[in-house]
Amino acid sequence: MAETGILMIVGFGEGGWGSALLSAAAMTLAVAICGYLLGVVIGILAAWAKISGGRMLRIVADAYTTILRGIPDLLVIFLFYFGGSAMVTAIGRLFGAQGFIGFPSFLAGTIAIGICCGAQHTEVFRGAFKAVSQGEIEAAHACGMGLWLRFRRIIAPLTFRYAIPGLGNVWQVVLKESALVSVTGLTELLRQSQIGAGSTGLPFDFFLIAGTIYLIISTLSGVLLHMAAIRSSRGLRRA
Amino acid sequence: MDIQFLFDTFLELLGGVPLTLQLAISSVCAGFVLAMVLALFCASGIPFLDWFARLYFFVFRGTPLLVQLFLIYYGLSQFEAIRSSFLWPILREPYWCALIAFTMNTAAYAGSILYGGMLAVPYGQVEAARVCGMKRTIIFRRIVLPLALRQALPAYGNELISMVKATSLASIITLMEVTGTAARIVSESYRAIEVFVAAGVIYLMINFLLTRGIHMLEYQFSPRVPAQNNSRNIAVGGQL
Repeated sequence: MAETGILMIVGFGEGGWGSALLSAAAMTLAVAICGYLLGVVIGILAAWAKISGGRMLRIVADAYTTILRGIPDLLVIFLFYFGGSAMVTAIGRLFGAQGFIGFPSFLAGTIAIGICCGAQHTEVFRGAFKAVSQGEIEAAHACGMGLWLRFRRIIAPLTFRYAIPGLGNVWQVVLKESALVSVTGLTELLRQSQIGAGSTGLPFDFFLIAGTIYLIISTLSGVLLHMAAIRSSRGLRRA
Repeated sequence: MDIQFLFDTFLELLGGVPLTLQLAISSVCAGFVLAMVLALFCASGIPFLDWFARLYFFVFRGTPLLVQLFLIYYGLSQFEAIRSSFLWPILREPYWCALIAFTMNTAAYAGSILYGGMLAVPYGQVEAARVCGMKRTIIFRRIVLPLALRQALPAYGNELISMVKATSLASIITLMEVTGTAARIVSESYRAIEVFVAAGVIYLMINFLLTRGIHMLEYQFSPRVPAQNNSRNIAVGGQL
């Protein structure tokens, strides 16, 4: 076992963990992207509630962002995984099933990440909407656009442009947060490294590789987000 | 809803609060010192130090804290040299490993926040200090550092809150802080929702107090006419 170098581990040959780690990285990306998109949906709805909802909706949205920014993400993941399992088990018992039924860990992770980052998305979208100049919306009014047309052609594109830097930051947070989903037993990157570390007795090598893969993903997505920011502001005159 | 169970759980979870606070406070304090060193490296203008600090920020901010924690707790034990060294009694303990990982992680975030604060100090202020004949160290101590800290305070406050939240990861390496205690109670009682909600309330309370404290500090440090002076002027005016 002593000769098993770091290159052997990432290799795709016999005894290599390359393909396992690669599919685990894909799982990390899948859970992070799904959670992120769920967060975007929640964020848009909560930002809308904060901006133009009634008093009740505003209170609910405020409570949501305050609570979710005050409790650890790990606790939310535990809550959805164990809470979900308890619920599924209770429902299973109603139908005569025996014993413990686990909640699907991918679903629990996605929902937990989505709800956690939704709170951050809310603030990103709210701030971006605030940055849209009132004149543009007024001009749309003056052209006789209805509410939906105004939203689709003016408000949404402009808000999105201002939101891109914030959206990028949230994505980087979500990517790192997805490592926490390993506690539910979902075989994403960190969980796969734990498995590998356990079966080869080389924890340092495996966690180093996992860290490097996270670093590569976050760097690459950073580059993509930077390109998106440039592309979305093409046609803007710069000082 | 079982009020008695909730109440008992809450009391039991409060037993984990000291460890949570201890982890958060020690790592934030040690991390602040390390962050200051790294920010100074960045600002020093010496290429090697600057490069080192930037690499440190890149690596520790680009990887999940849990990976860093596992690297230190599980990873280092792989090496015979470490297991036989004098460091082993420390690196064997989950408490110290968590503390080291949290400290190094928060140092990266706080370091880049502090460096950002230093960059935001208006050059005119430094120039004025130079004109007054201050030396570099005095300029740093009297002008750059206070202004940078004030500038960095809101962002640093967010980092403090995320550190309190991050201490929950210590439960994964068997430490019995609030989240760890909650997970234990759940495994005994199978009542996940009540227990984790109670734990969430505790974290919310800690972070609420922390946010209040940061707001008070921000208010203290924000530039404005000192209130006492005003009242004294009015009193003096009244006497005249």
